[in-house]
Amino acid sequence: MSLVDKQVIQNKMSKRSVKNQIMNKLFFSATAFGIVVLIVLLYRVFSEGIGHLDWGFLTNFASRFPEEAGIKAAIVGSLWLMAVTAPVSLLLGVGTAIYLEEYASRNKFTRFIQINISNLAGVPSIVFGLLGLTVFVRLMEMGRSIMAGGLTMSLLILPIIVVSSQEAIRAIPKNQYEASFAMGATKWQTIRRVVLPAAIPGILTGGILALSRAIGETAPLLMIGALSFIAYLPENVWSGFTVLPIQIFNWTGRPQEEFHLVASTGIIILLVILLFMNSIAVIIRNKFSKRF
Amino acid sequence: MNSAAETKHVPVPNTTIKPKSRDSKSIYSIQNFSLWYGSDQALYDVQFDIPANNVTAIIGPSGCGKSTFIKALNRMVELVPSVKMLGSINYNGKDIFSPKYKVEELRTNVGMVFQNPNPFPKSIYENVAYGPKIHGIKKKKVLDEIVEKSLKGAALWDEVKDRLQENAFGLSGGQQQRLCIARCLAIEPDVILMDEPTSALDPISTAKIEELVQKLKEDYSIVIVTHNMQQAARISDKTAFFLNGEVIEYSNTDELFSNPEDKRTEDYITGRFG
Repeated sequence: MSLVDKQVIQNKMSKRSVKNQIMNKLFFSATAFGIVVLIVLLYRVFSEGIGHLDWGFLTNFASRFPEEAGIKAAIVGSLWLMAVTAPVSLLLGVGTAIYLEEYASRNKFTRFIQINISNLAGVPSIVFGLLGLTVFVRLMEMGRSIMAGGLTMSLLILPIIVVSSQEAIRAIPKNQYEASFAMGATKWQTIRRVVLPAAIPGILTGGILALSRAIGETAPLLMIGALSFIAYLPENVWSGFTVLPIQIFNWTGRPQEEFHLVASTGIIILLVILLFMNSIAVIIRNKFSKRF
Repeated sequence: MNSAAETKHVPVPNTTIKPKSRDSKSIYSIQNFSLWYGSDQALYDVQFDIPANNVTAIIGPSGCGKSTFIKALNRMVELVPSVKMLGSINYNGKDIFSPKYKVEELRTNVGMVFQNPNPFPKSIYENVAYGPKIHGIKKKKVLDEIVEKSLKGAALWDEVKDRLQENAFGLSGGQQQRLCIARCLAIEPDVILMDEPTSALDPISTAKIEELVQKLKEDYSIVIVTHNMQQAARISDKTAFFLNGEVIEYSNTDELFSNPEDKRTEDYITGRFG
């Protein structure tokens, strides 16, 4: 006597496959929603902004006249900002990750730090702006400079870099450590010659994604008082500056309709830069992902 | 981590205990050695001498502490954070847990080959040159010589000499394991510890490694953990039988296999359990 009733199986069969079909469609529409929104957004931005996109737009400073307005100061400002943010955040972030993963003993204190780093990643960016205003601009008297902006941005993306670097380090198999230690290598030699070479792709991917977030952030820089209209290029890290998203924000706030189109052109430039950075991250990830 | 483990280790006073047999100079002398993982005791009062230029096999069923024991010999066991130890292990007359004896120095003298081949994701050349490089040998010419000598020593040279710059992950499992042996030979250790080096390999690769062990014992002292009793019988001079963290019997291999003293040893080698 069979415990499995073939009749029951038969009766349920069609119902099961219908359910499967419904779920399939449901999940597809969830995905489609995001894609449709993205397409609408891209279409609007490009249809409005493409007309203004020419060489002059990239090489002109901001202007009172929409047809002469350019984004040169903002692009250069964003590059300067990255020149401060990238080294500071990567050095501090990777250093923290190495300490937490390799050197720190596992106790309540390190667990507490770990939890708070994850929490920091969720703090609103404007709060980091306030911190930057208080500490860097006022307390350390850096003024509204690239240095103050870059350090604030570093703090903002530091938790992301720490967490992604930790994950990259954790992904290295234990037997690699064993192999190195068993040869009489010190911990630092193992980190330098085994851990970092294997973790660098993951660290760079996370770092680039974090930096592309920093490039698109506006709020903290508004907070510390980045300029919105400048007709000169920054000379050093102590100069005043503006960045792409602030310039775009400024244009959208103008009463003239024309400037809104200029803003769209600015968005195109920002999107191109972000896509470029993200694709570098993807390339690095794909190229080095199959190592173990 | 190492310093933390040192504080946990309490050496016992050096009581003179006569080794059960002494055919040649002993390289390791283990006295009253016990080990805990947290509150679980893994080794109980282990006590024997390991002779130089011999192959010493450690056999026993799974979970008997044989891997733990061999990893204590080069202090790799300390990578487990909760480990606690009692008793002493002397290597060439020096207490390996003494704060004066650096763990890096010990591991330079005592190489290790692991159960699963674990080459680095680097070229074959770089894998072998890793050890000499971390110990400060930088001259390209010397490194070239070391790489060739080590690969020849591990019977791998003829198979890889034309592709030294290729990634080690392109080698077969058996070749990878011989590469790991070559990597170990490159720092010219005195002792080679092998933790079930053939358990992940096919019979042909296993035979090659066994042959290699026979050749290597002329220049090195070898301690090999194996769950394969035939292998122990084939390649070792001395055998220690571990059961539940204790050394049940330790003697010359042919004696242990032909005429075991302990009932439990006999049961194990005749396949009644394990």
